[in-house]
Amino acid sequence: MRRHLLSAGDLSREDAVLVLDTAEEMRSLADRPIKKLPALRGRTVVNLFFEDSTRTRISFEAAAKRLSADVINFAAKGSSVSKGESLKDTALTLQAMGADAIVVRHHSSGAPHRLASAQWTHGSVINAGDGTHEHPTQALLDAFTMRRHLGDLEGRRVTIVGDVLHSRVARSNALLLSTLGAEVTLVGPPTLLPVGVASWPVHTSYDLDSSIVKSDAVMMLRVQRERMNESFFPSAREYSRRYGLDTRRMALLPDHTLVLHPGPMNRGMEISADVADSTRSVIVEQVSNGVAVRMAVLYLLLSGSNVPIETPVGES
Amino acid sequence: MTSSEPNPLPVLLRGGRPLGGPATDLLLDEGAIAAIGADATSRAGAEVIEVVEADGLVILPGLVDLHTHLREPGREDAETVETGTRAAARGGFTAVHAMANTDPVADTAGVVEQVRRLGQEAGYCDVQPVGAVTVGLQGQRLAEMGAMADSAARVRIFSDDGHCVSDAVLMRRALEYVKAFDGVVAQHAQEPRLTEGAQMNEGPLSGMLGMRGWPAVAEEAIIARDALLAAHVGSRLHVCHVSTAGSVELLRWAKGKGWAITAEVTPHHLLLTDELAATYDPVYKVNPPLRSAADVDALRAGLADGTIDAVATDHAPHPREDKECEWAAAAFGMLGLETALSVVHQSMVDTGLLDWAGVADRMSFRPARIGQLATHGRPLAVGEPANLVLYDAAVSEVVRPQDSASLSRNTPYAGRTLPGRVVATYLRGRCSTAVETVPA
Ligand SMILES: [Zn+2]
Repeated sequence: MRRHLLSAGDLSREDAVLVLDTAEEMRSLADRPIKKLPALRGRTVVNLFFEDSTRTRISFEAAAKRLSADVINFAAKGSSVSKGESLKDTALTLQAMGADAIVVRHHSSGAPHRLASAQWTHGSVINAGDGTHEHPTQALLDAFTMRRHLGDLEGRRVTIVGDVLHSRVARSNALLLSTLGAEVTLVGPPTLLPVGVASWPVHTSYDLDSSIVKSDAVMMLRVQRERMNESFFPSAREYSRRYGLDTRRMALLPDHTLVLHPGPMNRGMEISADVADSTRSVIVEQVSNGVAVRMAVLYLLLSGSNVPIETPVGES
Repeated sequence: MTSSEPNPLPVLLRGGRPLGGPATDLLLDEGAIAAIGADATSRAGAEVIEVVEADGLVILPGLVDLHTHLREPGREDAETVETGTRAAARGGFTAVHAMANTDPVADTAGVVEQVRRLGQEAGYCDVQPVGAVTVGLQGQRLAEMGAMADSAARVRIFSDDGHCVSDAVLMRRALEYVKAFDGVVAQHAQEPRLTEGAQMNEGPLSGMLGMRGWPAVAEEAIIARDALLAAHVGSRLHVCHVSTAGSVELLRWAKGKGWAITAEVTPHHLLLTDELAATYDPVYKVNPPLRSAADVDALRAGLADGTIDAVATDHAPHPREDKECEWAAAAFGMLGLETALSVVHQSMVDTGLLDWAGVADRMSFRPARIGQLATHGRPLAVGEPANLVLYDAAVSEVVRPQDSASLSRNTPYAGRTLPGRVVATYLRGRCSTAVETVPA
């Protein structure tokens, strides 16, 4: 493994499989009476969040604590750097505090790269979502969830639907899933597929119905209603009709097909309540798998891939 | 050093190669080229003069920059007229056009005269102020361009650079109005609605990097519109920092019609591509953004065939804190004065696209003509002003930001090896570069 996790594209297939296999071991821990491992005892993990995301922060916090790391939550306020402390000064502060890993969520694409490459800090940097760029641990937990249900993802067909243009989840998933051998199709209105998407290792389509009938998994992306004010689509109703996953469309899916959503959902917009709560939906499972995957990432980055996972505290 | 000091001695430049041609001697006296060849050599023997061994050095007319941000008044933490013009002299420039986006904006006779005076006091190179097209660069009302033209600063180029004069009616009026004093509007071609929040070239990479794209069409649409407007009202148009292949095609078309349109390209758009944005290092953040390799090729071809008239630096100093941050929060712009000639050397001369006479044409003769500077961009001939640069084309050097004369350090070439080195620059016969860099 590398020292940082900045992009899902940085992971080789071998790296990715190692993370998923390690996460599997971490997950089995959840079934044991004592859920803590001593692996990162004495190490400090900082959750540096420039953008609110309670879900992601709690997931990383739980992961670090189950590995016995010390956790510092650092919420940097203010929507722009000019109003608050600069990224550089924050990094220098965290360096002084002895951060071994910095989990960073930032509204600006590339901020974690900057943190990792500018020599302001020596810790490992983990991208917990940067602007409209990437969210690699989300992609890892999505792949982990799919793999549990579908087995090896080689040759599996995954359809990712919605606002690809603004989605860091879509970018990371497109990269990771193609690394793992899956066949990815991005579906959305042409306004919400980035210029140059033809050069990505994916297929694209503007038509949801024809894409989902061949899918092993369908991932619905969150779509903000406000996008219609910027003319990305005419109305929430039209969006929902053309690209939402409702009961009618769910009936088109093969029996084994999974439905995923990175959350938070806009029920009634990109996904109907019936679908979200259906038996195909693995949305709640994605959340619990998130902790295991983040444990694996922290463990592999901070303790080195050669160290075996130690036995849980108190178990002999 | 001030320009009012008399030159102490005549100077003999021995063995230099004017425009890269055969070696000869040049005698500089009383601010002019006093003699060339055997005449210069014999007169040097007769008089007590300073001799400069220029053996093998390329001699070019002093370079003229159409696009320099000197930041004074208002942002003296980034650059001053003194430091900026010192950097200019070290880059081989004898005249620079100071852009109007200062604070206060150069939209009155008072501000442009102040900038000109600061340039004279510093004495490193001539500073020709550019006047704003609209009051405060706000794009609402015309600035008093006539007053700036009539002032001691004699403004001829008007630009809202940093902002596009996007309102078609306002642009038309500006183009018409400047005809009264033979002015030219220099347009920063950027359709504002298409570039809201834009961070980098829109293309495959911007999509991957999750950065808001700056599409080529936003530049090209304005160039096409302005060319048509200028032709319609019979005025001159200059296009700043052309950055796309499509823009080159449009310029070729407009020039083919015989319209009075000129254009410039920056050194960085001749050498660097948008791939550098993948580092997320804001030292590569610039407006217009770095484009694709195909765009770079088209710009080089356009400069070579004269479709693009001039190289202009768009030297844009920024203090460290405005670049030591995440990309989106960083300022647009890069330093350019000290590296311009070397970058043109690498991208145009080493590629065989221009010879040194061609470089003189695109970096001195033509920009001086566009800016209507009577004493710059002149041939290397007896009786002409002694504005020239000695350039060692045989060496190459690693760019070290800390060596810059600029107050800022935002050079995109840090650590890169670039060919050539400016050995000395002469402004009206006086060496305007640091004395220690001049061979004795
Ligand atoms: Zn500009």
